[in-house]
Amino acid sequence: MRFTKDHEWVSLEGDVATIGITAYAADQLGDVVFVETPEPGKTVKAGDGLAVVESVKAASDVYAPISGEVVEGNTALGDAPETVNDQPEKAGWFAKIKVADSAEYEALMDRAAYEDFLGTL
Amino acid sequence: MSDETLKTTPLNAAHIAAGGRMVSFAGYSMPVQYKDGVLKEHLWTRENAGLFDVSHMGQARLRGVSPLSAFEEITPGDFIGLKPGKQRYSVLLNKKGGIIDDLMAARPDDDGLFVVVNGACKDNDFKIIDNELAGQVRIERLENRALMALQGPKAAEVLAAHAPQAAKMVFMDSASFEAFGTDVIVSRSGYTGEDGYEISVPADQAERVWNLLLSDERVRPIGLGARDSLRLEAGLPLYGHDVDDSVSPIEADLAFAVSKKRRDARDFPGATRIAKELAEGVTRKRVGLTVLQGAPAREGAEIADEAGTVIGVVTSGGFSPSLGKPIAMGFVPPALAVVGTKLNVIVRGKPQAAEVTAMPFVPHRYIRKL
Repeated sequence: MRFTKDHEWVSLEGDVATIGITAYAADQLGDVVFVETPEPGKTVKAGDGLAVVESVKAASDVYAPISGEVVEGNTALGDAPETVNDQPEKAGWFAKIKVADSAEYEALMDRAAYEDFLGTL
Repeated sequence: MSDETLKTTPLNAAHIAAGGRMVSFAGYSMPVQYKDGVLKEHLWTRENAGLFDVSHMGQARLRGVSPLSAFEEITPGDFIGLKPGKQRYSVLLNKKGGIIDDLMAARPDDDGLFVVVNGACKDNDFKIIDNELAGQVRIERLENRALMALQGPKAAEVLAAHAPQAAKMVFMDSASFEAFGTDVIVSRSGYTGEDGYEISVPADQAERVWNLLLSDERVRPIGLGARDSLRLEAGLPLYGHDVDDSVSPIEADLAFAVSKKRRDARDFPGATRIAKELAEGVTRKRVGLTVLQGAPAREGAEIADEAGTVIGVVTSGGFSPSLGKPIAMGFVPPALAVVGTKLNVIVRGKPQAAEVTAMPFVPHRYIRKL
């Protein structure tokens, strides 16, 4: 699993990346009440808006950590947005992307580097 | 604004000790939530009793020969008719009839008028009062007092244990007395739609009173996040968001703050505009909206009619924890302000169905008689 400074995580299996937000991000957001996930077929570049997550307090963008084509959005979050709080790094994933260039994945932080980064916040 | 310049309330240490997540609000470092989070804090207040630090708000005494009649020069309320022991909601008006701030003014005792104004507006408000009423009232800012709100269906039982006098009060009563071993100014009112009290205490007693109230298992500390979602459900406007100095009380659906006597006398700032709006109607009106599908519509989201024409704007909105769906307030033309009117709110470029809804969204539970 790899991580971004915007607190997204990416897990790569073959050429499909699963993307979500970290436990830290979910805790910072507070109670998630609405999630907007992307439609399959949407192409995204690294840094593009991929999904939207809303807590009681505010709406936040979830950015695509890597480029590719969306193969699946986690539509289950529509009825159960609280899954993002309950299992942020598992069932609370937002989208699966067919990765264009795995070098983008390799360039992201590993868990140790991400935890070091959290320590600086 | 950097953290270094933020002011703190007398309860700052208590917030940090309780795990409060501190944010900048009205120039103060304030807890947006505690460990429970906004959703649980909101629901706890609706079911039990929530304790809020609102010490950022401005408290003052207006004293003079006749502070009540003087106060009528800058507000549209009947303050000459304000009886001892009573509190009234009002607005400070500019000469164009726009709302400079909304406020509570009360007669807890014989010591003039006790006013509470919004934190972000207080310096300006008190300067205006001082300037406009110079020679008539002396204003004393009560910077050495904290203010907390105890809100919810169990608030009355909780406070009665410490202050039996409070149990005899009804909604919008105000009184000063000894309780918690100190002097308090109490009103039975609040900003959640629930029964409850606002309690002014000397700053050096605040943490002790706060902890005494929290030692009751029915009481939990509640942050600004839930304060906002509670007041939204209660249909209460938030100054600087739903109301500003261009908005009149009539547009803001606060016509009740313009007393009958004053309407007839037309002797307050902006009376010409307000009389005209009362007689001929307004071009925009604050309404409640229920978002029927999709994401919460937040402040700044456009409101469109069914044909897609933008006709208004959301001034505050979010997810309603009590109702389990998004709600909002905004301004629309009066023809589209009728309850049940189908509209759209534009969220991230996409129209979502919404419906004009009577406010409050969640019924008020004020105790108007004992």
